[in-house]
Amino acid sequence: MTAATAAEPVVEVTDLRYSIDGRRIFDSLSLQARRGEITAVLGPSGTGKTTLLRLLMGAIRPTAGRVTVFGAQVPALRRVELYALRRRVGMLFQNGALMSDLSVFENVAFPLRAHTRLPEPLLRRLVLMKLQAVGLRGAAELAPSALSGGMARRVALARAIVMDPELLIYDEPFVGLDPISLGVILRLIQSLNATLGITTIVVTHDVQEISRIAHQSYLLANGGVVAAGSPTELRATAAPVVNQFMNGLPDGPVPFHVPAPDYREQLLGNPDG
Amino acid sequence: MASPFASPLVGAIVKIGRVTLFLGRVVAQCLPSLRAPRLLVAQIYNAGGRSLIIVMLCGLFVGMVLGLQGYDLLQRFGSESALGVAAALGLVKELGPVITALLFAGRAGTSLTSEIGLMRATDQLTAMEMMAVDPVRRVVAPRFLGGVIAVPLLTAVFDVIGIFGAQLIGVGMLGVESGSFWSQMQSAVEVRDITEGLVKSLCFGLACSLMAVYEGYHAEPTAEGVGLATTRTVVSSAVLTLVLDYMLTAAFLRT
Repeated sequence: MTAATAAEPVVEVTDLRYSIDGRRIFDSLSLQARRGEITAVLGPSGTGKTTLLRLLMGAIRPTAGRVTVFGAQVPALRRVELYALRRRVGMLFQNGALMSDLSVFENVAFPLRAHTRLPEPLLRRLVLMKLQAVGLRGAAELAPSALSGGMARRVALARAIVMDPELLIYDEPFVGLDPISLGVILRLIQSLNATLGITTIVVTHDVQEISRIAHQSYLLANGGVVAAGSPTELRATAAPVVNQFMNGLPDGPVPFHVPAPDYREQLLGNPDG
Repeated sequence: MASPFASPLVGAIVKIGRVTLFLGRVVAQCLPSLRAPRLLVAQIYNAGGRSLIIVMLCGLFVGMVLGLQGYDLLQRFGSESALGVAAALGLVKELGPVITALLFAGRAGTSLTSEIGLMRATDQLTAMEMMAVDPVRRVVAPRFLGGVIAVPLLTAVFDVIGIFGAQLIGVGMLGVESGSFWSQMQSAVEVRDITEGLVKSLCFGLACSLMAVYEGYHAEPTAEGVGLATTRTVVSSAVLTLVLDYMLTAAFLRT
């Protein structure tokens, strides 16, 4: 891990501000993902984690601040340059986002067919190898609708790595998975990072799972990073917001209840006033 | 802004602007999308082939109604032998393009909108963008082109079946002489009549396909949003078709 801490940042976000419809999502957010490391971006639901990914990939533009990926200023890129950058990045969507009109095999082959002119036998071998890596070579001819949620996410993972990306981004990879699928995905994230040296960003609110594999974690809340460090360091932090999130407590700086009128009044009061 | 019509009017103008910009984007991607002809052929089949039965069925019945109504009208002037011309001109210039476009909007347009809308709702379009594939080129352009090509072909089928239906009633049941039915049609129907029908069906195909892909691509990514987008497709396609029909008919009559 000593070599990794010295590694250069692949993704660098500095003083990022982002507002939409007058609502401030990020206010002076700064974080880094270093080459060859697994970086976890943690935070309660609704803190803008997915929005951060969209900003990283240039799908939306920040109000202010710098977003640098592979040394390029993402908001300043033209469409062609942005597409060239995206070819170096693999992204796993929360729901898999597989093309419903293509088979599992064709879904994984999709980026290859779009961006390369590989001969069919080579393309077939590559796709089968990636499907083997996620344990779904036997499901190659199935339609996405025939897959379970966990299997669909594994196919999406095979598709995300088929172009051999340098940076792999996971959006909530553990949501709604059974313990077996969850363990498989977790091991896959780790082995892809360890064996291929892929820089990895995992956006999640599943603290326990990601703590086992992350090198560096950032906890987002209130539009910025409230804590950063290794999972162990994060756990040791005394700040109430960190303590509440890491230990899953209902009471703390992050309110569990949406603001509402008085409970007693609403239940027992006269509805006509 | 005090007028109660102000905001719907502004809304309509904004929408026309958006649709026009989207049309520009789609047309720009039509040529590159031809590099994958398999996708285009699949979409022509989807939009055209799968609408064939309903178009043929409706064509037959519209032709048969034309046979009955045309005979009833013409025999009052003792000119029932002109039934062939009346049916053919009515079908080729007017009923064929319009009814085919309306059927296309209901049958293929709605399925285009809901398909693209669901792709949006399930993040498939976003995933494509993240894989550096332009969804307008990969998804929208082939479906748009498929529709533009399919509508004139469907119209031609509708016309032929319709004329057959009119002949079935006129000649087969009401006793119009077969020779005069066909020979009068042959001598009176000109190339410009067929051109008019063809131009109309091309324009309607373009309008209906554009509305279908536009509404799908811009649908709210929810079940309700996709449903609303599908409704908007049918309504706007029907209105556009009839408005365009009036404008094109007026233009052709002036030339």
